[in-house]
Amino acid sequence: MSTISLTNLPAARRRALLGEYSMPLAYAVLFVVLAATVDNFFSVANIVGLMLSVAQIGMVACTMMLCLASRDFDLSVGSTIAFAGVLGAMVLERTSSLPLAVIAGLGAGALIGAGNGVLIAYLRVNALIATLATMLMVRGLAFIVSQGQAVGINDDSFIAFGDARVFGLPLPIILCALCFLVFGILLNHTIFGRNTLAIGGNPEAARLAGVNVEKLRVWIFLLQGLVTGLAGLILASRITSGQPNAAQGFELDVISACVLGGVSLQGGKARIFGVLVGVLIMGTVENVMNLMNVDAFYQYLVRGLILLAAVLLDQLKSRGERH
Amino acid sequence: MSAYLQFDQVSKHFPGVTALGGVSFEAYAGAVHGLLGENGAGKSTLLKILGGQYRPDGGRLLLGGKECHFGSASDAIEAGIAVIHQELQYVPELTVAENVLLGRLPTRFGFVDKAAANRLVSERLAKIGVDLDPQARLIDLSIAQRQMVEICKAVMQDASVIAFDEPTSSLSHRETEILFRLVRDLRADGRTLIYISHRLEELYALCDSCTIFRDGRKVATHPVMDDVPRERLISDMVGRELSDIYDYRERPLGAERLQVRGMADGCDFSVRAGEVLGFFGLVGAGRSELMRQLYGADKRPKGTVLLDGAAVSHAGPSAAIEAGIVLCPEDRKEQGILAQSSVAENINISCRRNGLLGGVFLRHAREAALADEFIARLKIKTPHREQEIRLLSGGNQQKVILARWLAEPDLKVLILDEPTRGIDVGAKNDIYRIIHEVASRGCCVIVVSSELPEVLGISDRVAVMRDGRICGELARAQANETAVLSLALPDATSTPISARRTA
Repeated sequence: MSTISLTNLPAARRRALLGEYSMPLAYAVLFVVLAATVDNFFSVANIVGLMLSVAQIGMVACTMMLCLASRDFDLSVGSTIAFAGVLGAMVLERTSSLPLAVIAGLGAGALIGAGNGVLIAYLRVNALIATLATMLMVRGLAFIVSQGQAVGINDDSFIAFGDARVFGLPLPIILCALCFLVFGILLNHTIFGRNTLAIGGNPEAARLAGVNVEKLRVWIFLLQGLVTGLAGLILASRITSGQPNAAQGFELDVISACVLGGVSLQGGKARIFGVLVGVLIMGTVENVMNLMNVDAFYQYLVRGLILLAAVLLDQLKSRGERH
Repeated sequence: MSAYLQFDQVSKHFPGVTALGGVSFEAYAGAVHGLLGENGAGKSTLLKILGGQYRPDGGRLLLGGKECHFGSASDAIEAGIAVIHQELQYVPELTVAENVLLGRLPTRFGFVDKAAANRLVSERLAKIGVDLDPQARLIDLSIAQRQMVEICKAVMQDASVIAFDEPTSSLSHRETEILFRLVRDLRADGRTLIYISHRLEELYALCDSCTIFRDGRKVATHPVMDDVPRERLISDMVGRELSDIYDYRERPLGAERLQVRGMADGCDFSVRAGEVLGFFGLVGAGRSELMRQLYGADKRPKGTVLLDGAAVSHAGPSAAIEAGIVLCPEDRKEQGILAQSSVAENINISCRRNGLLGGVFLRHAREAALADEFIARLKIKTPHREQEIRLLSGGNQQKVILARWLAEPDLKVLILDEPTRGIDVGAKNDIYRIIHEVASRGCCVIVVSSELPEVLGISDRVAVMRDGRICGELARAQANETAVLSLALPDATSTPISARRTA
């Protein structure tokens, strides 16, 4: 495919390609315009800051992409972040052992994810309801184990986790990039990824074609939990405490980023590059509004409008396809 | 008498495709006009233009001599046109009366007047001779009954033109009879009727005249249906002579390979190597259920399945595939294809199970080669292997599903549930050829079909099911329409459609 130049392609195919890359193109244009017009936007410090601000959203968006691609949904990620952070901080406080704290945070995330998966795949609870329930329960657990108080972190090596720099970039950004790489390969180059898209596209057909739908769904949610646990630990490290009320509304930011990136809520369609662009759009818009001192109240309005615009654009595209 | 409905040089283009290239034909009031053609010949496009869903790029559509321009489906309804699509359009949770009157429900003081609605609809149902409770919810009705509701709706709208798109594809024999009677009544009532079907027997039984399409163009109009021989219709449709589309050839049969014992009451059967076993029965006779159990798609609580003497695990489809048993399901759209995925993806999905096509990472080049090989071998018509499968015709989609299973390295039992439903003669012929090939390799092939000529045409042996049991088996030599139907029908008095030629 790559050997054919764009001009040789038939018109329909060219239009399809253009449609596929309309969001990245829009983002590129947005970026250039902002760089030229907004003071302090196009500086190394600001760009790094921007990326750091979306590192956790980016990580979780990778696994949320798999979740949405398989026609599922996960609302519990915000609560899981808070719980993993609180638990990590508490284990660190009691044992002073960094590895144990990390294992506790990741393990808690994976368990919550697997629980969601079992509820949805085997007990056939609707994904929206199941994860809404776990979202409430896990948030409750975070408050219960911490008795409603933030758990402070004094361990320098743990704090360095969110602060350390590798190749001049903060560790969270590196980890986020790694997530995009790993899940990109998983989606496009493994049976796991293809089967994920298959069960999202048509679960019954996938099952009759020999895909073990239930097991796969549990794995998808488990990965989601694991990565969310990691994001929770990073957040705890960056704010030097485990906060039981952290990351409220985080799940909606993550899903917004995925939708902006062209992931279909009907399942069966996902592109890792699209999700990356979606995450960057979210981060950039927030960053620019902060630079321009836009009132926080208006920021909500703008973010909602952007999400709506992206979805409408997508609607128009698919309508164009039909006629 | 002049025609009531006229298509005059109507054309419609889509990017890269000419769906209709200047088509003209006419249909008369008080007559049934049949439309024939392979899938992709342009019949559906034509119906969508008639129904106001598409606007033609050129040409004129005339109703009673007046030119019509439909901007939307409601314009067409307004003009007295009703199109009954293959996929029925109704609200399953609403009642018969509510569905029939949807959008025009009678009201009283601003509220829906249910009594009036029920009365109106039951009067009309009685008038067209359909025995249905206007208060029944559509979800509780059979597909045939839902179709009656749709027809009632068309009559209620006082449609002067009613078009049917493959109305019998999911109807049983008896239900088809009822539909035929309704169509004849509508004809006697002076309405203009358009009837699309792949089943030639039906067209002969119902239509007064017909038009044949191929590749978006009209091939011929036959003003008197009864004067056209069957062979002529088929050759018009496919553009070549097809002496015997079933293409049956004797094969040497081996030992018993597949044995099904005690899985369901009265449903034991076995298949020999190289044998094609046809399963016939009325809709609801339990054929699909039996096959789904055999495949592990539904729970198999008891019984044993022996393949080459060894028991097959009943852990589900993946275990069955592992053993070499595969199923092409009945409902292609709901259970077969991954609509948004490419042709290549649809072919490869199963055989990359457990890394058959490569270790941890997919081998894209190998998958592409495999897809290309099958696209060529099964003559799948697609611009390229990356085309989304939903954009292919039904026949080509079915071939892709077949390719998925033929790509299995160790295929032993191929189960096909209604493999040619809603697909055209040319593709059918290709599929029969594939069935013959697979059987010749020593595989067992089981074909479930509601089309009696097909079952008789391709099977070495026919098993007949009724009320969830296998009520008889006939060797090819003994299997004829009368023998099979007398086993399949609850009362043996009915005669096959093809034996009747009603005016």
